[in-house]
Amino acid sequence: MPVTLDFEKPIEELEKRISEMESMATNVDLSNEVSALQKKLEELKKDIYGNLTPWQKVQLARHPERPRSLDYIERLCPGFVELHGDRLFGDDHAIVAGMGKLEDREIMIIGQQKGKDTKSHLYRNFGMPNPEGYRKAMRLMNLAAKFKRPILTFLDTPGAYPGIEAEERGQAEAIARNLLVMAQLPVPVVCVIIGEGASGGALGIGVGDRLLMMENTWYSVIAPESCSSILWRSWEHKEKAAAALKLTPEDLLRLKIIDEIVKEPLGGANRDYEAATVFVKEAILRNFSELEDLSSDALINQRIEKYSLMGHWSGGDH
Amino acid sequence: MNWFQRTKESIADGTTKKELPNVWIKCDHCGEILYKKELEKNLNVCLKCSHHFRVNAKTYIQLILDENSFKPVNKDMLSEDPLEFTDTKKYSDRLRTTIEKTGLKDAIQTGLGLIDGRVTALAVMDFGFIGGSMGSVVGEKISRVTDLAIQNRVPLIIVSASGGARMMEGALSLMQLAKTSAKLSIMHREGLPFISVLTDPTTGGVTASFAMLGDINLAEPGALIGFAGPRVIKEATGKDLPPGFQRAEFLVDHGFVDLIVQRSELKKTISRLLSFMEANTNKNLDLSQIRV
Repeated sequence: MPVTLDFEKPIEELEKRISEMESMATNVDLSNEVSALQKKLEELKKDIYGNLTPWQKVQLARHPERPRSLDYIERLCPGFVELHGDRLFGDDHAIVAGMGKLEDREIMIIGQQKGKDTKSHLYRNFGMPNPEGYRKAMRLMNLAAKFKRPILTFLDTPGAYPGIEAEERGQAEAIARNLLVMAQLPVPVVCVIIGEGASGGALGIGVGDRLLMMENTWYSVIAPESCSSILWRSWEHKEKAAAALKLTPEDLLRLKIIDEIVKEPLGGANRDYEAATVFVKEAILRNFSELEDLSSDALINQRIEKYSLMGHWSGGDH
Repeated sequence: MNWFQRTKESIADGTTKKELPNVWIKCDHCGEILYKKELEKNLNVCLKCSHHFRVNAKTYIQLILDENSFKPVNKDMLSEDPLEFTDTKKYSDRLRTTIEKTGLKDAIQTGLGLIDGRVTALAVMDFGFIGGSMGSVVGEKISRVTDLAIQNRVPLIIVSASGGARMMEGALSLMQLAKTSAKLSIMHREGLPFISVLTDPTTGGVTASFAMLGDINLAEPGALIGFAGPRVIKEATGKDLPPGFQRAEFLVDHGFVDLIVQRSELKKTISRLLSFMEANTNKNLDLSQIRV
């Protein structure tokens, strides 16, 4: 039974009416009525999904049936070899990493991984990495650099895990170190936000030459609920916070934080994994091929320059 | 039948508290009533328990640099309101009133100065400006002062005091983590020394970027240092936090801070560390000859 979000109810109702009508159609000819309703359904979908509020985008980004990193990885790179562990403490299941072959390119893939049911949610810690996840990512990014392989990362996390042990093992240091190391990687790095991009937890594997964002995702410095609880002192203003944070792909393209919005099938990637993969694959391949002829120095310089330009201020000496 | 009556004093609600005349101040840590002037003379460190009171950027600049050697840069840089952010008030109004109230332009001051005669780039944060939060201005000023350190081949010191990234600039604030860390990666590649000084409190996006990336990480005694705030961790895990959790001493025990330094020893310690790390720096610079 597919999950329906609150704002999708009118679509669900119309779909139900159409299927009821179709089941009656054995006795009477309703094909005209059905096709009229189907036309109406298409328009309704375009209207609803074409005018999503920021909060509705957040809801879609968190859709329980949305494809996760491994769903894309197995479609993009059959024969993916997953590698484990940070060689320091353990293996974090909230980050998957390994070697894949994307068409004729050998690439390193690193992705934040959420679950889909209670058991896998727990196993994946709801996609909230611990320090060893970031350190595994760093180890394998350095490995990719050593053997001159490009790196692809998938961002999808409600945040780095705010746990006691995570603090003991240096959650902040693990993220900070990745930001420094990723800035100096001598190979192309393409990052794609496939779901939730919550703050430093997402950024910890998100510094690269290109940042792509799928249509129904969000990226910001804080989740709208937490923002609401801090600034409004109540969880109830999450819709307002989502709008205020300018966290949608369109906002972030305008603010020059992301490079490209990746299209999704109508209604979201959760409705059609294969179609979503086709769009993502095209964008990844195109961006890799734009980057592959650059020297290591040029890549690093351009990457640092790109981040240097981010932000808005006035005044200053230069 | 007094077993149900409180034997301990009730939790103070603030209404019964007697206002101290403002020449006196009570230590938050040991409760000692301290004479303000004497406390200031002691660098705002409690004379009884050594609790380090929070101090502003100006105080650290005076404490760390040789007298009158500070040459500020980008001191007129101001935050804008690119998201037109409004919560219970407009961000642009919040900025204006904070600037009026504090006399500061934003949560950081940067520049060049001398430490025992050695030219050094310095950045100091001010917790009093919107919780020392990092938005575009903090990120850009750190980025530029790091450039200055690299161009002149001098060490960089950053004194942090921050609740993290500034929410009112959304993802632009988040990008300052990447920007400052990227600049530090050049310092690192060039073999130039960077000392991070963590003061109370240093949390969130500041800890998850430049503050944890020092060649040497120093911390003041008792400073709160962490990624997630204690309240968030308690809510997320439902567990009680261990004593001393996320204090400077805890960070030393877990291997993330090199050394805890008393405020009175800060300059001496930094100077000592810089002598060890001077290999790739330009030691014959004349501060008055550097154009900033």
